Amino acid sequence: MYLRDLITLTSSSFLTYRMRSFLTGLGIAIGIAAVILLTSIGEGLHQFMLAEFSQFGTNIISVQPGKTQTQGGNVGIFGSVRPLTLDDADALRRLQYVQYVIPGLVGNAEVRFEGRTRRTMVLGEGRDFSKAFTMKVQSGGFWTDEDNEQARAQAVIGSKIQQELFGGRNPLGQYMRIGGQRYRVVGVMESKGQILGMDMDDAVFIPAARAMELLNRPSLMEVNVSYRADVPADTVIRLIRERMIERHGREDFTIISQEQALEVLSSVLDIITFAVAALGGISLLVGAVGILTIMTMAVTERTAEIGLLRALGAREKQVLTLFLSEAMILSALGGLLGLLIGVGIAQGLHLLFPALPVHTPWLYALLAEMTAITIGLAAGVVPAMRAAKLDPVEALHAE
Amino acid sequence: MIELQNVCRTFTVGDQQVAALRDINLRLDAGEYISIMGPSGSGKSTMLNMLGLLDRPTSGTYLLDGGNVSDLNDEQQARVRREKIGFVFQSFHLVPRLTAAQNVELPMILAGIPAEERRARVQELMQNYGLADRADHKPDQLSGGQRQRVAIARATVMNPTVLLADEPTGNLDRNTGWEVLKLLEGLLERGITLVLVTHDAEIGARAQRCIHMLDGRIRSDERQAG
Repeated sequence: MYLRDLITLTSSSFLTYRMRSFLTGLGIAIGIAAVILLTSIGEGLHQFMLAEFSQFGTNIISVQPGKTQTQGGNVGIFGSVRPLTLDDADALRRLQYVQYVIPGLVGNAEVRFEGRTRRTMVLGEGRDFSKAFTMKVQSGGFWTDEDNEQARAQAVIGSKIQQELFGGRNPLGQYMRIGGQRYRVVGVMESKGQILGMDMDDAVFIPAARAMELLNRPSLMEVNVSYRADVPADTVIRLIRERMIERHGREDFTIISQEQALEVLSSVLDIITFAVAALGGISLLVGAVGILTIMTMAVTERTAEIGLLRALGAREKQVLTLFLSEAMILSALGGLLGLLIGVGIAQGLHLLFPALPVHTPWLYALLAEMTAITIGLAAGVVPAMRAAKLDPVEALHAE
Repeated sequence: MIELQNVCRTFTVGDQQVAALRDINLRLDAGEYISIMGPSGSGKSTMLNMLGLLDRPTSGTYLLDGGNVSDLNDEQQARVRREKIGFVFQSFHLVPRLTAAQNVELPMILAGIPAEERRARVQELMQNYGLADRADHKPDQLSGGQRQRVAIARATVMNPTVLLADEPTGNLDRNTGWEVLKLLEGLLERGITLVLVTHDAEIGARAQRCIHMLDGRIRSDERQAG
C-alpha cells in the first residue's frame, strides 16, 4: 500500500466525521497549546533570569576572602584569614589570560553637593570597572590612576545621583563631598536600573583604596578578574588559586566563577521549564484518552468494513496500519493546531504585557509535535490491534 | 483446481460444539458454474467462507490450484484472497465514504498497484459495467443494482480465478436481480469459476452444477447437461 493511498483512505474518514474528528483533534490541540504556552513562558523567564544575572558579563571570576570549612581541634594561627589587599589584585593582574582586575568593596556614605545631601551606596572599584563589567559610562569616564593608595579623589556617579544632587546640570569637573571628603566628578554612568535589588543608578564609584579609607575597612571585599572569553573558566581559576596560595600560604579565599554560577542557575531554570511542561502534559493525557475513545468507537462502527477489507485481501498488518495512521494523523493535526494556538497565545500575551518574557524554542515546538504523534500512536495501538485481530467472518456479518 | 478433503468446521457456542461442516469432500473444476443451496443453518455460508479463505477448517485439507492453503499464515492467505478470490455479498459491502471508483480501486490499493495502472483498470471496468457516469458517486447515491455492479467490478478488478457470491440478488428486486445474475454469468466466458450461494431454487437451477446442503453435509451434487 502506498503512503498516498494510506493518506487518502484515512482522510476520507476524517472528512466523513468532520465534527467528531475536529473535537478529538482539539483535545490534543489544547494539550499541546498548554505545553507550548507554559514552556514559552518558562523559557522566556529562563532567558530573562540569565540575562539579568549575566548583564555584568559572563567571563568574570570573583575572589573573596575566607573559606567556609570545619576543622578538628583548635583553629589557632591557621584559622586566621589573611585579608585581600590591593597587592593581591596586582599579583592577579600579571597572570596569563587575565584582562582586567577590579578590586572591590561596598559601603554606605553621605554624599553632598551644594547643600543637597543623600545617603547612598559607595562602591570602591578599579579604574577598569566599566571595561570589565558591561556597564557603560554615559559621559566622562573612569579615573585613569593606578589602583593603589595614591589614587586621587575622583568619582563616577550613577544617573540617579546626577539627577538628585546636580538636578540635571553637567556634573563633570564639579566637586562633591563623599563621606566628608572632596571628590571631583569625572564620569556619569549610564542608567542600568535595579540589579538583584541593588540600584546601580543610586551609587557613586570611587577608587578602591580611597573607599577602604573612607569606609574604614582594612581590606577588600572581593577582587573581580575578567579573562579572555576564549579561555575556559577552569584554567583561569586554577591559575588564580595557585597564585593566591603562593601569596597567602594556603587557601583562605573562595573563588566564584560566574560561568559556574550561571550553569547552576541555568540547570535550575531548566527544571522549572520541564516542570511546567509536565503540567501541560497532563492535559495532553486527557487528549490521548479522547483519541483512544474515538478510535475504539471507529473500530466498532466500521467492523463490517474491516471484514470487507480482509475479504479483499488486506493483511492484519494493513488493517493495523490503517487505524494506527488514522489515530496518528488525527493527533498530528491536533498537535499542529495546538502549536498555532500555543504560539499565538504566547505572542499575544507578549503584545499585551511586554514585560512578560516569552520565548518558544523550536526544539520545544518540534518535541511537542513529536509528543502529539507518539500519543496518537500509543492511544491508537489498542483499538488498531483489536481491528486487526477481528475474525473476518464475524466482522463481515456485523451490522 | 479447488479441492476440499474431509473438511470439518465446528464452532463452540457456549459450552456446546456445533458442527457447521461435517466431513466435506468436494472438487470444483476451473470455469465451473456451481450453485450451493440449502436451508439456513445448513452450512452453505460456512462453506463459502471456507472456500474464500476467510475461515479455517477445524480439520481437513483445502487445496487451491494444487497447493495446500489451509495452513498458510495470515499474510499468505491474504495474498491468495487478493489474487485468486473475489467476493460479492448480499448487502454489497461498499465503503460508504469512498466513491464508486475508489471502491473498485480498493483491492488494487491493498495490493500496492501503482496509481496509473489502477486508474486505467478502474476506468475500463466502470465502462464495461455501465458505471462510467457513476464513478464519482458515493454508494448512497447509487441504486441497488448499481451498487451490486460496483461490488462485482471490485470483485473482478484483480482478475480472480474464483468468484464467490453470497445471495448476490437477495437485496435486489426481481428485474435488477436478473441483470446482476447475467453479469455474473457473463464472467464464466472468461474462465472464472463462479460459486453462487442462494436459497432461490430458480436461480440455483441455472448453474451447471447444483449442490444441496443439509446439516453441514452435501446431500446432493447434481450436474446438469448443457
